[in-house]
Amino acid sequence: MQETINITINKKPVEVEKGTTVYQAARKININIPVLCYMELEDMGVKHNPGGCRVCVVEVEGVKNLMPSCVTKCWDGMNVKTNTARVLNARKTVVELILSDHPFDCLICAKNGTCDLQKMAQDLGIREIHYQGEQSTYREDTSPAIIREMDKCINCRRCETMCNDVQTVGALSGINRGFEAVVAPAFEQNLEHSPCTYCGQCVAVCPTGALTEVDHSNHVLRALADPQKTVVVQTAPAVRAALGEEFGMEAGTLVTGKMTRALRDLGFDYVFDTDFAADLTIMEEGTELLDRLNKHLNGDKNVKLPILTSCCPGWVSFFEHHFPELKDIPSTARSPQQMFGAVAKNYFAEKINKNRKDLVVVSIMPCVAKKYERSREEFANNGDSDVNYSITTRELSHLIKQANIDFNTLEDDDFDKPLGESTGAAVIFGTTGGVIEAATRTAYEIHTGKNLEKVDFEELRGMEGIRKASVDFDGQEIKIGIAHGLGNARKLLENIKQGKSEFHAIEIMACPGGCIGGGGQPLHHGDSSIIKARQKAIYQEDAGKKIRKSHENPFIKELYEEYLGKPGSEKSHDLLHTHYFDRKKRWIKK
Amino acid sequence: MSSVKVELHQKDVDKIKEIAKEYNNDPEALINVLHSTQDHFGYLPAEIQEIVAEETNVSIAKVYGVVTFYSFFTMTPKGRYPISICTGTACYVRGAETVLEEFKRQLGIEVGETSENGKYSINCLRCVGACGLAPVVMVGDKTYGRVSPDGVSDIIAEYEDAE
Ligand code: SF4
Ligand code: SF4
Ligand code: SF4
Ligand code: FES
Repeated sequence: MQETINITINKKPVEVEKGTTVYQAARKININIPVLCYMELEDMGVKHNPGGCRVCVVEVEGVKNLMPSCVTKCWDGMNVKTNTARVLNARKTVVELILSDHPFDCLICAKNGTCDLQKMAQDLGIREIHYQGEQSTYREDTSPAIIREMDKCINCRRCETMCNDVQTVGALSGINRGFEAVVAPAFEQNLEHSPCTYCGQCVAVCPTGALTEVDHSNHVLRALADPQKTVVVQTAPAVRAALGEEFGMEAGTLVTGKMTRALRDLGFDYVFDTDFAADLTIMEEGTELLDRLNKHLNGDKNVKLPILTSCCPGWVSFFEHHFPELKDIPSTARSPQQMFGAVAKNYFAEKINKNRKDLVVVSIMPCVAKKYERSREEFANNGDSDVNYSITTRELSHLIKQANIDFNTLEDDDFDKPLGESTGAAVIFGTTGGVIEAATRTAYEIHTGKNLEKVDFEELRGMEGIRKASVDFDGQEIKIGIAHGLGNARKLLENIKQGKSEFHAIEIMACPGGCIGGGGQPLHHGDSSIIKARQKAIYQEDAGKKIRKSHENPFIKELYEEYLGKPGSEKSHDLLHTHYFDRKKRWIKK
Repeated sequence: MSSVKVELHQKDVDKIKEIAKEYNNDPEALINVLHSTQDHFGYLPAEIQEIVAEETNVSIAKVYGVVTFYSFFTMTPKGRYPISICTGTACYVRGAETVLEEFKRQLGIEVGETSENGKYSINCLRCVGACGLAPVVMVGDKTYGRVSPDGVSDIIAEYEDAE
């Protein structure tokens, strides 16, 4: 039994477990204490509490100084007040001091309206700044996916925790001290020259506009306005489970129908679905898995197992930078975004009699890394990228708002055919565990030749950082591993490196929760229940689909019949597979 | 923080590896490893930090973070004629500060910096134990006593023709 403690907050009694902080205790009884540096995604292994900013101070009876509630543990009989004049004054001072060294760009800042600092200033009613001092300036750093504007950094160091502790990428660190202190890559180089994977998790937690995604929505508007261009859009599975939040809907509201309507109203010529390409990914990846598995079971020593999924570009960058010696193990299947691009620019362009250069492919992604992925050279043909622009869920919401579309009252619409047809298996790509479940549904039927009665593999679902499960392939036990968050992926990779991995197949997603928790999603502001609600919505969408196995998608069948031949064919390899690079920087020249 | 490009020889790399090994390649011992490495090389250019990072299993960003956080680490090599000014109590009360200011002014560099031609660098020392001679200035191994701001140009002149 956990020892419990009784405390009083604003005259309300509350019983908590020993070790609970005052902040957590207050939340339990719906007393809101503002925080700025503190961040926690409960049950998702993400925690950051340096106790640095002091915005969360409270008054504790019998204690002279105000105490930061995010790091102060409760003790029995504690009497806390969270909103006395003294507390509010102290908070105001803290925020004013931060603002005294912060640019006043709010009106034109990318975070306008979603910035935690702005909200804090508003909530505290700050109308004047009583402190004046030097303003720190810092050059802007632009990469293919992320912009760093460190003038706006308030040194909360949340990004550092995400990058170093959660993702174990190590691209960022606090540098210098005092007034010069800032978070930066080594030697203050640009992010582009660091081992950054562009997972965007630093962007997802930055309370201010210091870290934002590169905004491509204006390029999209320009393409839509160009009469010479046919503009095709694809939407990733996780977007429909989160976009509604940007319009005040409850987390976990599915807005698939409204989203397709809005895209049509924005002027896209064809509204397609990345889910179609997710089904295609299963065909290619599943075939590769079975091929490697069969060879392995037949004693072929040259085959490497486990096979790793390859649909997450953050994860792909991670192994290219940190585990290049394992680069032969992941599946060679491209991500759904890139498969879609290749199919659209070749098969579909031909079908509608267009030159690929006149077809603009736009992707809507929960992801920041996809901006980088689309820019990789191997995904272009004579300088024309397969995917021309990739924008985040957040950017799409801005486009909808700019166009004055009243999202909440839109009538439901549907995707266009053929590249908009998808199965339930494709939808679950949006959450951790989904890709491997989708692959299992198809691989099982192909391997055993039997009909899969129950398509729900509950054992693969959940939110733990690393999960293991066994699936029975008609007498053959298939061992599956799942990791989300790159720190968890690292653990499985170390095992593989040491030859200790027990798995046949492993699914890896860079973001905690998978794409539902992606760096391009509406900001969760530290509330993990939002990510869990999106996960529920994803499984709900799957359950409601008529077809739930990728190989049964009629338009996938048609694509193979008309164009590709069969999974793993030469044409498939040409368009749907890729290869990886060793991107590790080696300082010591061998 | 600026740095110079250096080319490390295998023996330098081996030396860093040896130092890291003395501390069991322990990430927790990063500061100690950096200290010993700086003691050996005199400074910590990017190339050296990169090897330290690899050997201690700490990200290169973190190593750079630590180097820039603590003032006793430096990324610039000392000048060929490193000028050290004692700012211990005795020297301080006898005007070491004004002498320091004069060196900074004449050489156009700050404490911890090295002149562009690589010749001079300035740093401050705690008491060197020659309080009778305060204020004390050292250039390399040579000691100058009772230095006044007026005497600074004479000291610099001694080295002007040297390589
Ligand atoms: S960049 Fe953002 S998350 Fe990182 S320390 Fe600065 S304000 Fe915090
Ligand atoms: S995008 Fe990911 S890898 Fe890159 S700096 Fe941010 S957290 Fe680190
Ligand atoms: S998990 Fe999804 S959102 Fe995150 S980097 Fe990978 S593909 Fe992008
Ligand atoms: S939120 Fe508690 S100290 Fe920053």
